[in-house]
Parts: sequence; structure tokens; C-alpha cells
Amino acid sequence: MQTRREVLSRSAALTGLLAGAGLLPQAAQAAWAQAAFEAKTMADAVKALGGGAPAESKDVTLTGPDIAENGAVVPLGCACALPGVKRLLLLVEKNPNALSAAFDVSDAVEANFSTRVKMGQSSNVYAVAMMGDGKVLYAQKEVKVTLGGCGG
Amino acid sequence: MADPMRIRAQAAGDKTTVRVLMSHEMETGQRKDSAGKTIPAWFIQEVTATHNGKPVLSAQWGPAVSKNPFLQFTIKGAKAGDKVAVNWIDNKGDKRTDEATVS
Repeated sequence: MQTRREVLSRSAALTGLLAGAGLLPQAAQAAWAQAAFEAKTMADAVKALGGGAPAESKDVTLTGPDIAENGAVVPLGCACALPGVKRLLLLVEKNPNALSAAFDVSDAVEANFSTRVKMGQSSNVYAVAMMGDGKVLYAQKEVKVTLGGCGG
Repeated sequence: MADPMRIRAQAAGDKTTVRVLMSHEMETGQRKDSAGKTIPAWFIQEVTATHNGKPVLSAQWGPAVSKNPFLQFTIKGAKAGDKVAVNWIDNKGDKRTDEATVS
């Protein structure tokens, strides 16, 4: 037998859960560049973020292993030596969605980031620098994966 | 609430290298469970960092970032004793903020 008080407190808890599950993710997704993360190729991802045609450049550096034993954890680093970088992107060509991470560069941080990504199979990885003047530069590197990281 | 992040911030000259290890599943939405059902995506979407309360970095991540993500970045002009805080939001709206002192 439930008392009225129990019923009321439960319904209040449920409302809180619904608000947490249903409403907050929408707010979080509003700022997230969904179109860019759904893009299949580097050119599409750059276009979705408002950049022009990418050009290869020696001023962008991409660090990563030549052979990654475990595709679930591939350490990648991207850096750009030029001033005026607005955004740095890390992309994996043959992943289901190419874009892995996008870093917004401010004056207070160096355009140099390292993280770890998942790779489904051996593929080219790209570091893309979107400059303040609208230029888009990239560097690429081939990473061979012995064991895929997409659960296959 | 997710587990705390591990943050280490080390000053060298006028630069501070910050290394962050977050604790998150980072489920891609591509994998299937033993019953053949797709496991829904669950990953960190936004990462922001502040230096003494001033935002210095914001990043957007996709599901391709590894489980328990690692992030390294360099703050210009931070010195020992400064506070560095890192904050993330995942696609379910869960969030977490942790703070560390530059050493």
C-alpha cells in the first residue's frame, strides 16, 4: 500500500529524471557541431565548420605511431607552428565518421594538443589547422593498425 | 556522477603543460551487445579548460576519442600556484569539473 506522500515524492523524482535525460542533452548538443562530426571525409568536415579547400603544409605537424598495436588507443598529437590558428582538427580517414576531435585555439594556449583516438582499421590520419584568415592547412600520416578499435 | 579526472599541471618557464585523464566509457554507438542490439552512443562532446577562472581552451570531441580520454595542452603564462580547471559535458548532459594547482 502506497501512501500519498510516497506517490508524490516518486513523481517528483521521476520529473527530475526526465528533465535530466530528455532536456539537458538537447542543450548540450546545441553547441556541438553535429554536421561536422557526421561528415565522412576531411573536406566535408572542414566545410561543415566553415573552412575552404584544405592545402597540405609543412607548418602543421602530426605526431603518432607508424604502427598501432591496439586501434582502441592510438596516441595522436597535432600542432601548428604558424600564428593565428583558430582551430585544430584531428581526423581519421577510414573511421565511420572522419572527425575525431576539434580544438578551439585561444591566445592563452599553444596550438599543440595530444590525445588518444580509436581507429577501426589502418588509415591515413590528418591534422587540420583552420587559420584566422580563412586558410585551411593540413598534414597527414599513415597509421597501420594491427587490431581494430571499433569492437569488430 | 562520473569518476574524478586526474589532472597534472606542470610549469616549465612561462609555459604550463596540462595533462588530463578523464574517466568515461566513450561508447561509439557502432558496437553491438551480445543480443545484437546496438549500444547507444555515450561520449564526451565538449571539453573546456579555464586558467584562474578565465577560459583558455574549448574542444569538441566525437565518439572516436578513446575510452578514458587523455588530453594534453599547454597554457602560456601560467605559473606555479595558479588554478587550472577542466570541465566536460557528454551527450547525455552529464558533466564534471575538476581543478588542479600548477606545480
